[in-house]
Amino acid sequence: MNDIILSRIAEALTWTGRYVERADATARILDAYLHRLLEDPWRDEDAACRSLYAILGLNAPGDQHCDMQQVLDSLAFDARSTGSIEGALGAARLNARSAREAVSSEMWECLNSTWHALGEQRTAARRTGPYAYLALVRRRAALFFGLTDSTMSRDDSWRFVVLGRSLERVDMTVRLLSVRVLDAAHAPDWPTLLSASGADEAFARVYGGFGDTSRVAEFLLLDRDFPRSALHALTTAEECLAALGNPRHDAARQPIGRMRTRLEYLESGTLEEALPRLLGDLQKACMASAEAVAERFFPYQGAIEWAQEGA
Amino acid sequence: MADIFDAYALADAWDEMFERPGVVRTAYEPLLAALQPMDAAELRFRADQMARSFTDRGVTYAFAGEERPWPLDLVPRILDALEWDLIQRGVAQRVRALEAYLADAYGQARAFEDGVVPWRLLLNSPHFHRAAQGIEPPNGVRVHVGGIDLVRDEEGEFRVLEDNVRVPSGVSYVIENRRAMTRMFPSLFAEQPVRPVDAYGQRLLAALRAAAPAGVTDPQVVVLTPGPSNAAYFEHALLARLMGVQLVEGHDLVCSGNRVWMRTTRGEMPVHVVYRRLDDDFLDPLHFRPDSVIGCPGILSAAQAGNVTLANAVGNGIADDKLLYTYVPDLIRYYLSEEPILPNVESYRPDEPGQLEAVLDQLDKLVVKPVDGAGGQGIVIGPHADRPTLDRLRKEVAADPRGWIAQRPVALSTSPTLATGGVSPRHIDLRPFAVNDGNDVWVLPGGLTRVALQEGNLIVNSSQGGGSKDTWVLAQAPEITDPEPSAATYESGTPEVAPRQLGPSGHRAALNGEQEGQQQ
Repeated sequence: MNDIILSRIAEALTWTGRYVERADATARILDAYLHRLLEDPWRDEDAACRSLYAILGLNAPGDQHCDMQQVLDSLAFDARSTGSIEGALGAARLNARSAREAVSSEMWECLNSTWHALGEQRTAARRTGPYAYLALVRRRAALFFGLTDSTMSRDDSWRFVVLGRSLERVDMTVRLLSVRVLDAAHAPDWPTLLSASGADEAFARVYGGFGDTSRVAEFLLLDRDFPRSALHALTTAEECLAALGNPRHDAARQPIGRMRTRLEYLESGTLEEALPRLLGDLQKACMASAEAVAERFFPYQGAIEWAQEGA
Repeated sequence: MADIFDAYALADAWDEMFERPGVVRTAYEPLLAALQPMDAAELRFRADQMARSFTDRGVTYAFAGEERPWPLDLVPRILDALEWDLIQRGVAQRVRALEAYLADAYGQARAFEDGVVPWRLLLNSPHFHRAAQGIEPPNGVRVHVGGIDLVRDEEGEFRVLEDNVRVPSGVSYVIENRRAMTRMFPSLFAEQPVRPVDAYGQRLLAALRAAAPAGVTDPQVVVLTPGPSNAAYFEHALLARLMGVQLVEGHDLVCSGNRVWMRTTRGEMPVHVVYRRLDDDFLDPLHFRPDSVIGCPGILSAAQAGNVTLANAVGNGIADDKLLYTYVPDLIRYYLSEEPILPNVESYRPDEPGQLEAVLDQLDKLVVKPVDGAGGQGIVIGPHADRPTLDRLRKEVAADPRGWIAQRPVALSTSPTLATGGVSPRHIDLRPFAVNDGNDVWVLPGGLTRVALQEGNLIVNSSQGGGSKDTWVLAQAPEITDPEPSAATYESGTPEVAPRQLGPSGHRAALNGEQEGQQQ
């Protein structure tokens, strides 16, 4: 019985995982950026805000000056866009509700209460700044995945949640690095990238402090042990797909597996040179895999329209 | 318009924010503009939030046996670029002079032969350790981290109050204060460029690595703490975390063959630099107090053999002895051939002929300090003291003149501080932190501003119920450096927007209406 999941449920579970991870990562990125902006006297608010828009895949407002309030409005508080925290959490909640019998009650309550708590925090954020709002999002995302870990059996339902989260993780890490690599002039410094990935302490432990900054890219892509590194997330996604699917000719697993081996055997000396292409390929691989997952496990039928015979 | 500064009455001291009632100093203008629209309740709300956030993060200190949130006042203390330039140069100069003195005292003793400092000052010092004599620091640094306490007198002039070159603490609060202020009060930072403080961990690690024994290419640095029950444990853990190094306790280390190792699951690993946050006396029971259980037996011998570097060095206490303090201006002239940039507070040395009588005669007009006190302990402020206290003090000073110094009471400068019923002037000091890597003495922009929370109180130590303020150093001109265009930089200035995958938002519009209709 546990082996059988409705396609619709599988899709909802995957996207619940993705959206919660997206909200979490977005909150981290915003927190790191906004506070770096406050702490850096030589800040260029407009450029930093534009690079935020670019990371999070939204179009920056045309010619007018971008400021932090605008960024928060469109990347945190906008309930209509799944590219913003509030939209992503709202979509996660609705997805979980449509898969209500597949997720545990605690998970559902976590998302539901979070959604209802956001309004109050949003009001407070307008008064005293976004810190408490972003902290709430991060804490609740951690709670959600903690509950996923402790209340779901390790069956296919669980694998779809983790798969969604892993794909989103790779995507977010790649986005962060892309801005730095493709547009260094407007990008944040390396320590900001690290704290945006929640990786500053882990990095300091591995590399004994900071210093050599090009190692940040190496860490965020290639570290085997840090859960937000691209390699780690790819490995997790691949494990999920291996357990879910056909061991051979798996169109969903193939692009990810290829990327994973490419990362595993990459010589770190050549990383800097290879980085722009690598990031593009990573993004493509994740997309291809997500599309193949959709095609295989939850092919979209479209609403069937019935026609009157003879009409 | 009524605001929180309306009732602000200047005290009889230099005020950091106001030149005279109602006239704000230039550097504080944007701050005043940002604070003025807020009422006391609003500030109180933020202060409560701040306290909760400190408690949650474990940024606490022990007061009367209780874990209290670190007290941070909401009104920052601001230093403009010129003031900071002076402080920074003065602090660095002081550290260089103290380094030279330490090298001399544990080496050729020129200053004593030349009569700059009397021999008895060295030989009577409880911190003069024979054991330190044989330790030659690899890059010549003994004061890896120094904290120089400054006050601002009635004329607005910065003066040195004391030097701390043993285990100066408090830097974690500088870092946490800034973190808390940017998160709880972001609007204050909007108008002014404030120099960041987050480079400290990196600087400290670089200085510690530079101090490694010769021939070690990849030195293993550790922070040695007395343990979680120490009042500054939070700081030890924060520094270890910022540097990404191990935080060890005495019993995590083991000495064999005049080398220091730490016990790990992979066996014993060599340790090359120990940033120790415990006093000399407790460091090594084989050399110092045999009853110390928080030290590491044998570590001093390893240091003498040149196999491990202790930071700060053993025996530094001879340089921050409060009696030596009175000689530091002479030391600056003697070793550096420079004039002191920051003056001392005028002081008496009771152990010199004639001075004891002068001190005893005007005990009620002076501040008298034990040369060895820390945390504001044992200080008697003459004008505020009662008769029995003065009588007791008179006997103690007469019995042990070497144990005390006396100073002119300085009316420490005041800064507007949130108190019950609004904002009032409170006395503050400043402890800038200097990191010496052997080539350069770097001073962390700002430092720890401590504030005496009781009205009129002049002792600002947190162990005496003091608070703190975020300390802003204003950046001079915007130093916008054009980043070099790298090969990968795109021609256009605006970053590429990466497309985003979208999934179901959870409601299928077409079905919704029908689903709703199916319940009876």
